[in-house]
Amino acid sequence: MSVLSVRDLEVVYATQAGPIPAVRGVSLEIETGEVVGLAGESGCGKSTIVNAILRLLPPGTTVTGEVLLSGEDILTMKPGRLRAVRWTEASVVFQGAMHALNPVQRIGDQLAEAIVIHGRAGEREALVRVGSLLEQVGLPPRRLRDYPHELSGGQKQRVMIAMALACSPTLVIADEPTTALDVMVQAQVLRLLKDLQRELGLAMLFITHDLSVLVEVCDRLAIMYAGKIVEEGPSVEVFGKPAHPYTEALAAAFPAIGDPRFRRAPSGLGGDPPQPDAIPAGCAFHPRCPLAFDECPETVPDLYDAGERRRAACLLIPRGAKVST
Amino acid sequence: MSEVASASERRAPVLEVRDLFVTFQGRLGLGAGLAGKRAATARAVDGVNLELRPGEVLALAGESGCGKTTLARTIMGLERPQRGEILFEGQPIGGNAKHLREYRRRVQIVFQDPTAALNPRQTIYESVAEGLRIHGTTDQDGSSEERLVARALARSGMRPPERFFLSYPHELSGGQRQRVVIAGCLVLEPEVIIADEPVSSLDASVRGEILKLLLGLRDDFGIAMLVVTHDLGLAWTIADRVAVMYLGRVVEIGPTEEVLTRPLHPYTQALLEVVPEAGGLSRPFLSGEPPDPTRIPDGCRFHPRCPDVASGAAAAAGVEGGCKAEDLGLLELRPGHLAACHLAGVRAGGGRPDGLRQT
Repeated sequence: MSVLSVRDLEVVYATQAGPIPAVRGVSLEIETGEVVGLAGESGCGKSTIVNAILRLLPPGTTVTGEVLLSGEDILTMKPGRLRAVRWTEASVVFQGAMHALNPVQRIGDQLAEAIVIHGRAGEREALVRVGSLLEQVGLPPRRLRDYPHELSGGQKQRVMIAMALACSPTLVIADEPTTALDVMVQAQVLRLLKDLQRELGLAMLFITHDLSVLVEVCDRLAIMYAGKIVEEGPSVEVFGKPAHPYTEALAAAFPAIGDPRFRRAPSGLGGDPPQPDAIPAGCAFHPRCPLAFDECPETVPDLYDAGERRRAACLLIPRGAKVST
Repeated sequence: MSEVASASERRAPVLEVRDLFVTFQGRLGLGAGLAGKRAATARAVDGVNLELRPGEVLALAGESGCGKTTLARTIMGLERPQRGEILFEGQPIGGNAKHLREYRRRVQIVFQDPTAALNPRQTIYESVAEGLRIHGTTDQDGSSEERLVARALARSGMRPPERFFLSYPHELSGGQRQRVVIAGCLVLEPEVIIADEPVSSLDASVRGEILKLLLGLRDDFGIAMLVVTHDLGLAWTIADRVAVMYLGRVVEIGPTEEVLTRPLHPYTQALLEVVPEAGGLSRPFLSGEPPDPTRIPDGCRFHPRCPDVASGAAAAAGVEGGCKAEDLGLLELRPGHLAACHLAGVRAGGGRPDGLRQT
């Protein structure tokens, strides 16, 4: 059984300007111990998926489909059960660790709070557990007496990782965990996440716009565009040999240093990612696609088989066996 | 090396930074002040020499806090240097009001975040025309302001320009806003553009187009560019030369192919190792936090983090004492490729670094 199974997820935000579809039919599976990356640009719906998985979307939002966490549907869960499942089954490392910690509480107390609330331990034992959590993320246990301002950006992100691990979840969602960090510190935090994931056998959903980071940590990749997955498959192959023209353009933004193909040859796409309230008809990518042909504005592509364990939503892919979305 | 770069090499630099120092004085609370403590001084730029040749794209790379943005801002006159000179076409800036005014027209800056750089209550036309009005510039053939604004917008890829005249920044996408900022520079027909992380706030698929635009400006109008970036991949894509900064000092500089594929300084090597790539997490890389410019180490400023010092390679080559005691300048170790490293000096020269030309 998959740790996380998202099926036909659709999310429509209610706004004053009318309904806005942010996620338009996404299916995603994560197995035990697997790291899946979700990539895409701002507004493509990747953060909405995170919020849907933990049911953190604002009231009034229409969510359809299923989000099964170890077989249980989050979307229909009773509030009490939901509270119990959040953090013990699935936890999140949010983007911007700078702002996610309470500035007037010692980090030890913040970490212990989660453990105590979920009834994992009394206050005293919780602090012992916090000490070992800090060690696990590479901070000396005495730092539990520190306030957030006494820590650097990288150290704060380590605390956020410790917090995500506090209740031994089976799934950790990392939402842009290194975006605000400096290059060296980013590499350190990525290595820590990957080491912990291996050591604890965690399933992870890793979300970022930085494709090169995903290739480094993920087993599989899913690329999103305008609320849909347009390509998925093993990460090295998706990044190295994209089957969808959008993936190809995204990958070109992270050139390999030393590769003469990229030297003095910046490449990108014309136009901009579409606004969720004005998604083009047919294939949503067709106005920016260098390979678009007459059928693209009319037909919505499914995810077609594009090699072993790979699928891509492009009408150019010969229509062999059609895989259900 | 491309023809453009080699042709520009023979010409005198359009912009030159000589021995530049910029410091920021820290502040203390009253209690600490009364207790006799002294506020720390951050040496953000700590002795930089740099030349930008006509029509050249020079990338300035390094971690946050290395001083690259301070250097760019000081060149623009937005920070006051403690010591040192900035020369434009051989003349120091700031001496003469007329020259300074001319300098400010001919050297333009593109900031990281176009949303912050544009006035949200000004139309695109007003934003682009503002520089023209400040500098009282009109075309020789008597072109009207409107024609100049339209031409600048079209050159930065906003076509047809008239369609955007009355738009406000919030009606445009991030990529379009950055194009408007670039149009605001172009309208003054600059010789130099200083771009501080010009694409890092933009979506990945849009970045390439903006970089293509910048590179096109160099090719079409011969505009020289100093591009400040943390992204070595970006440097590989557009730069002719790369300068790597560490703790306020340029520690390596040279042609892009040389610096990024045959780096001489261990810090450059470390920066290249953290560029993400498949399976890359197994490589060794520097631990610790970005260094603190209020406490620059003695000797080579990189020695406390240097993997060659830690591994004993420096000691084996007999330079470890120098690493810890002697603050080395840049050595020309290969043609046009300079690095400030004792060990690299010995390896290249086969002897003591003293024998090499120090700049």
